[in-house]
Amino acid sequence: MNIKTAVILGALAVLAVGAASCGKKAAPGNPGEPAAQPVNPATAGAIIGTVKLEGPAPKRQIINMREDPACAASHPQGVLDDQIIADASGDLANVIVYVKEGLGNRVFPAPQKALTIDQRGCVYVPHVAALMVGQTLQVLNSDPTVHNVHAEAQKNPESNTVQLAGGAPIEMKFDHAEVGIQLRCDVHPWMKCYLGVFWNPYFQVTGPNGSFELKDLPPGTYTIEAWHEKYGTVSQQVTLGRKETKTVEFAFGTGGAGS
Amino acid sequence: MADSTQRFNRALHRYAIFVACCTLTLLIAGALVTSNQAALSVPDWPLSYGSLTPPMVGGIVYEHTHRMIAAVVGLLTIVLAVWLWRSDERRWVRWLGLAAVAAVVAQGVLGGLTVLLNLRYGMPVAHACLGQIFFGTVIGLALFTSRWWRSELARTEDHGRPSIQAIALLNAGVVFLQVVFGAAFRHKDISIVPHLIGAVAVLATTVWTALALRRRFASAGALDTARVMLHSVVGVQFLLGIGAYWSRIATASAPQPMPVMVTLTVTHTVVGALTFACAIAVVLLCYRLVPKGREEAREHNPAPAAIS
Repeated sequence: MNIKTAVILGALAVLAVGAASCGKKAAPGNPGEPAAQPVNPATAGAIIGTVKLEGPAPKRQIINMREDPACAASHPQGVLDDQIIADASGDLANVIVYVKEGLGNRVFPAPQKALTIDQRGCVYVPHVAALMVGQTLQVLNSDPTVHNVHAEAQKNPESNTVQLAGGAPIEMKFDHAEVGIQLRCDVHPWMKCYLGVFWNPYFQVTGPNGSFELKDLPPGTYTIEAWHEKYGTVSQQVTLGRKETKTVEFAFGTGGAGS
Repeated sequence: MADSTQRFNRALHRYAIFVACCTLTLLIAGALVTSNQAALSVPDWPLSYGSLTPPMVGGIVYEHTHRMIAAVVGLLTIVLAVWLWRSDERRWVRWLGLAAVAAVVAQGVLGGLTVLLNLRYGMPVAHACLGQIFFGTVIGLALFTSRWWRSELARTEDHGRPSIQAIALLNAGVVFLQVVFGAAFRHKDISIVPHLIGAVAVLATTVWTALALRRRFASAGALDTARVMLHSVVGVQFLLGIGAYWSRIATASAPQPMPVMVTLTVTHTVVGALTFACAIAVVLLCYRLVPKGREEAREHNPAPAAIS
């Protein structure tokens, strides 16, 4: 083999290695490290708990829908805003609890099934939701009036689409993980919905009892975060052993992000 | 000058006033869009929901009404410019009419871009500020077409330094900067702090302008009237600013824009436009009624007659 041939082959080899590296999908968080082992159900555990609001919850206000008669007609008794929903025990609803760190560079496929949000009675149902990167979000309009579906995000592209009464569902996907994407209707300014988008499936939105469950988690040390639209974000470190279930509690103070 | 007075066109002047009033209505409509968070309730442009008659509910009422008034004001401005071009003998007034058309067209395009770009890239602030410049222009046209402006007016010497024109220009500049800060705060581009500092600066330049007018031109009726108007509107605007800010804080947790907040912020925005217009009017009056610089020197030291 002469020198010229050796140089050409060497360059081709370098290009081949480079192309192979580029083709490998880098897992989020730790690009370049070897792929982690998949989740083993035999050793997976869970983190469960509740989210509490310390102090008295602000009084929920009545939404004035008179600027759209169709909206007003759907709530003859009036409707309360859903910014802060807490029961007498302080259990806080509509909190997105999720694994922020600790999964290494595991890659989780997005579900094929779309997450559906409905505009019903001129409010978003649900008010807070979470989905995975690449998962389809489907927005329905069940109201006899027009809405615009305005997604305002920091890391994902912004979009604003008309949706007439009885119009076709609007579908969208988010390519970047982000918490607190606001979906709103500018025709009806009280209509707001908040989304959390994640690379992994370990997230849940608390219900009226403030509880959450993140199950099938492999053993490890995790940063768990809880996000609320008004009170911000709080986080905790949790170490999970083999087949262990740990209970944690998050608390938000009424003056801002809590302990 | 007598010839200029004879060229006074009452119908044209009244029409210019009408356009100025319609522009003020447009400013009110625009402020209502912002205060009601309705700017993106009509995502498409130039049509609204694909037509000229969208469903008039909720925020669409504010946004579409604003667009319709804007279209009317645009047409009215074109008519004004054509009328000026055909009937006014002053070249600079004719060109100012064309400048008004250019400004209103640019405003329309900026408004469209504001919507299509989802309120990004400073578009809302640019749209708000150009709107005030356009309003100042039509106010100027109403003034320039008046019989008063065209008549022979007594001019009063300025014995103070700096010149009253410089002081008035500084005041107008500071007021416009305050308009920019207000728009930027209103559209969440900056905090309230620059606008608060600007309020103090406006108070300072207004007091300076008013004092200079009072001390140097106490006997000049029009300038005295301008002085009273200037510090009255600035005083009202300052109080409205306090009210508007209080209303924002008081209703911050409300699920939707509340009527008290909408009323006070819209009023503050519109009076802000009137404040800027008043500041512009003071500048124009100062140039019209007070000889300046070389003009003054020529009056006192005329060139020697040629030796024959």
